[in-house]
Amino acid sequence: MANQATKVLTDPLFNNNPIALQVLGICSALAVTTQLATSLLMCAALTAVVACSNLSVSLIRNHIPSSIRIIVQMTIIASLVIVVDQVMKAFAYDLAKQMSVFVGLIITNCIVMGRAEAFAMKEPPMLSFLDGIGNGLGYSLILIVVGTLRELFGSGSLLGYQLLPLASAGGWYEPVGMMLLPPSAFFIIGFFIWGLRTWKSEQVEKADYQIHQVHRTEVM
Amino acid sequence: MPGLLTFSRDGVAYIVVFALAVCLVCSVFVAASAVYLKPLQVANAQIDKRRNILQVAELYQPGDDVNEVFNERLEPRIVNLETGEFAEDIDPAEYDQREAARDPQMSVNVPRGEDIAGIKRRAKYAEVYLARDENGELSAIILPVHGYGLWSTMYGFLALEPDANTVIGLKFYEQGETPGLGGEVENPKWRALWDGKKVYGEDGEVRLSVIKGAVGPDTPQKEHKVDGLSGATLTSRGVSSMIHYWLGERGFEPFLDRIREQSESV
Repeated sequence: MANQATKVLTDPLFNNNPIALQVLGICSALAVTTQLATSLLMCAALTAVVACSNLSVSLIRNHIPSSIRIIVQMTIIASLVIVVDQVMKAFAYDLAKQMSVFVGLIITNCIVMGRAEAFAMKEPPMLSFLDGIGNGLGYSLILIVVGTLRELFGSGSLLGYQLLPLASAGGWYEPVGMMLLPPSAFFIIGFFIWGLRTWKSEQVEKADYQIHQVHRTEVM
Repeated sequence: MPGLLTFSRDGVAYIVVFALAVCLVCSVFVAASAVYLKPLQVANAQIDKRRNILQVAELYQPGDDVNEVFNERLEPRIVNLETGEFAEDIDPAEYDQREAARDPQMSVNVPRGEDIAGIKRRAKYAEVYLARDENGELSAIILPVHGYGLWSTMYGFLALEPDANTVIGLKFYEQGETPGLGGEVENPKWRALWDGKKVYGEDGEVRLSVIKGAVGPDTPQKEHKVDGLSGATLTSRGVSSMIHYWLGERGFEPFLDRIREQSESV
């Protein structure tokens, strides 16, 4: 049991990362990562939602009629997202205002429903809760990496503290404007996946088809 | 749950009861969080509004304590829009202009022909903020404005110099225009264009407006013109109408006239 718990908690970090391996939840990874502070808040919000939705779905998994199971999961997830949104508006108003619709859009984050349907519908509550935390951490890992790189090279700061003095303010650092635009997050995630799959080569997918080797004789 | 188990798990009755139960539990959670956290959210919204007021008058530095600077630098006053006089009998701390605009006792109907800003009802009293410098001299007049854009009513503040004619800034704190198009009313670059523009022409009419396209060096009367937002003609027009209404004779003009008279007589 303890072994299994560690496994569901740590596997999503590198071995089965929801963004890097399953390629889920990319949209919000692009949208909120221009600053590290919003990335961190998004990580906390998503981790809380996945963990609690996994726990609640798992608690009632044996009673959910299969014909309405998706909509029941959606209802639970949507309620949790509203609660998280309310909490953020009460305790982190400015950041919540910057993140605007993206908090509400956690509802549509595939990781949340993916874990509810794939894991929590079959496994006991505690294990499901840990699986939610694990997947939230896997998502957070990528967001923190992307958020750190984008804020550092895009604005020369981290968490609002100016680390690299900007050329516009008399320093030497010319910020990379590209880093503030969504495509840069794509590139960073791409490089991350490349690095991860070089390290753990079993994650490399098999090619869908083999390019047929053409022999000279066939052409003739 | 033995009671529920008497239904078959895929029967219609069970599904309906189950769905209702899930909805009930979820709504209790949602409602509880909304009610319980409301006071904190209201306080946050007020700080945000105050920060916007300070920002529009260029009195705010990041990191300042909003309430402290607000209480130190700004003097909230209630103005009777009809006469332009200060209404001394209303406590600014208690008064909510947006609530008053919904109260038939406290507001007037804006007839269709005059309602260029699309506000339908207008409160009789408005909350303005006077900023004073270190010597107690008036340094800025901050007026609340609102009006309809394309999708939403935009709420903002307009800050004027003590001459009651030169704009310091215009800032919206609540709007639901298209992000990236009309939503650019919040863009600092566009907001910076308002600094130094003149509201009234020599004839005393409101001349300040958002034009289509950009203001060039040869644009006639460019001191009254602000670049339009590209791709947001209706939002730009809404901003213009809002300025015309609120600075016109139905809005703050009587009040601004008084301010001007006072500063001339001193």
